[in-house]
Amino acid sequence: MTLRIRYGHVAQVALTYAVLILGALVVILPIYLAVVDSLLPKEDAISYPPKIFAPDPQFGNYKKAMDAVPLARYMFNSFAQSTIITIGQLFTATLAAYAFSFMLFPLRNFLFILFLSTLMVPWEASIIPNFQTVQMMGDPPTGLAVAIAVLVGVCVGAVVAALLAGVFRGGGTARWPIRALAVAVLVGALVGILAGVGAGRAALDGKILSLDSYQALTIPFLATAFGTFLLRQHFMTIPLELRDAAAIDGYGHLRFLWHVVLPLSKPALGTLAVFAFLQSWNQYLWPLLVTNSDTYRTVQIGLAGLASQEIDSINIVMAGTIIALLPMLIIIVLFQRQLVRGLMQGALKG
Amino acid sequence: MKGGDAATAALPAPVPLTRRYPWLGGLSRFGGGMLFLWPSLVLFGGFVFYPLIKSVYLGFFVSDPFGHGQEFVGFDQYREVLTSPDFRKSLGVTVLFALYTVPTGMILGLVFALLANQRLRGALFFRTVFSSTIAASVAVAAVMWLMLLNPSAGFVNWILGQFDMPRVNWLTDPQWRETWDSGPALMAVSLTTIWLNIGFTTLVLLAALQNIPQDLYESARVDGASPWSLLRHITLPMLSPSLLFVVVVSTIIAFQSFGQIHILTRGGPLDATNVIVYSIYTDAFINFEYGAAAVRAVALFLLVLVLTLVQFRFLARRVFYR
Repeated sequence: MTLRIRYGHVAQVALTYAVLILGALVVILPIYLAVVDSLLPKEDAISYPPKIFAPDPQFGNYKKAMDAVPLARYMFNSFAQSTIITIGQLFTATLAAYAFSFMLFPLRNFLFILFLSTLMVPWEASIIPNFQTVQMMGDPPTGLAVAIAVLVGVCVGAVVAALLAGVFRGGGTARWPIRALAVAVLVGALVGILAGVGAGRAALDGKILSLDSYQALTIPFLATAFGTFLLRQHFMTIPLELRDAAAIDGYGHLRFLWHVVLPLSKPALGTLAVFAFLQSWNQYLWPLLVTNSDTYRTVQIGLAGLASQEIDSINIVMAGTIIALLPMLIIIVLFQRQLVRGLMQGALKG
Repeated sequence: MKGGDAATAALPAPVPLTRRYPWLGGLSRFGGGMLFLWPSLVLFGGFVFYPLIKSVYLGFFVSDPFGHGQEFVGFDQYREVLTSPDFRKSLGVTVLFALYTVPTGMILGLVFALLANQRLRGALFFRTVFSSTIAASVAVAAVMWLMLLNPSAGFVNWILGQFDMPRVNWLTDPQWRETWDSGPALMAVSLTTIWLNIGFTTLVLLAALQNIPQDLYESARVDGASPWSLLRHITLPMLSPSLLFVVVVSTIIAFQSFGQIHILTRGGPLDATNVIVYSIYTDAFINFEYGAAAVRAVALFLLVLVLTLVQFRFLARRVFYR
């Protein structure tokens, strides 16, 4: 009896290993063969039967790939794009998530649902108007007028919100006109600096947002409903008593956010950062549409270009592919914990 | 209290404005909230809500070949595009593509996760291998498979050759046989997509497996449950939220796939891989027919919306939440 169970057990373990090894082979094979091909001489890479070893590795193929197209520049562009988007998303999502978890105000739930509803809109469904927007903004006279109008609108909105928030805080006593003036001057100055920078830029080359620019690659992605949701889930675990205690000590919202909430939320911020970076690095359709020069082309589009340009030299194309794969591989190995945590957040609460 | 100087102290305490007008307090708090939401709201307005409405609007106009001169045609263009054979074809291709990739990817991911989660020597190695494809972007995966699927020197055809099967022109044959509506090209794109997503699926399911409390298994084992019933009555129910998540996300991913098609087949051969997103791209950015493309985009939006809602409604009932 025990013997039979042991045999059964051995058979089961053997079967498990067989499936695991087969699965692992299939999964790793494309990457392994790409590495092998990237090290083969040109003729061997297209020989039949396909080579599965590179006895005499040609590391020069990597140099050739870097020379065939400006891969280094593409990588830099992808890094710039992903970094800007990551920082932007951390900023906008932190503010929004804070408002949704620590502030009580009319329409809060409606606005939260409005945020979540953006998750239901596939980016591809709104890509035509977005492309037209970027195209129109890069067209100097109209674009400049629209850009200035939008900037002014955004600033006015911010000033009105700040006035409402600041003036009637704590009841709005007889001093409220003075306070209104102070808030208006302060926020006006801040916003004025921002608008000034924007207008200055516009005056220099006539555009704030245009095709073939880092702005076009990043601005549409600076806000994130997923990130807001992720951070809110975390902020909700911080006890409200902490906010009350901080308020008694005279902490305003911004000070509480900076000194208490953010230090307590490093893991969640890390998760969002890894996610944002990964997602922007992997973008394909939008960079394909809005970049048309090597100066701004991202590595994904550059790789596709390399593949069609060097169609006869598989070894060089594969070398380029490995170069494009490497940064993400490193990031994933380094930040696996954050990544898994983010996936779980989505899986358990999405 | 704050106004402590003599002049105000002599007067009766000022009545706070918010007591006289209670709505002022709400307005003030609303202003505070809006300050924090403003950056996100502006961006969503400009790049999500406005374009969505604009897409619906663009659908009412027929664009000239330069993309701007427009003629208002009302719902005619919607009717024309949505009933056209090429839209029906691309809808069919999209659905077939989702059917090829979503169930296969989920089952493979589940098997990999279940096996690699066991207490075996080298389990960590297998986990790492299975989740490795998450590092590959769409372009990296597509270019790698471009090499594997090469008809003369590719590895896939070599494997087929070892089993005495004929070579397949993976990326250029529209049909297997005359009677089949789909061919190797869609299969090739699906293979690439399954490979690309397997890392994500496995990683999610592995993480979910590790979150199942071990005492559930121990007490069931004490009761004499077989491995099969452990899987059926503990593991799968505990995994169900993550399985639902995987299904919903990979369906959405399937409906939005573009890069692998752009690199591998360009929608061809004979539209065999011309999914809706790809047809939006060709209509809008190759043919400059923004209006017709916008109609397809609106259809894509509604399709994804309905699918997500349906999946949540029907599958969520079978999901077990702790």
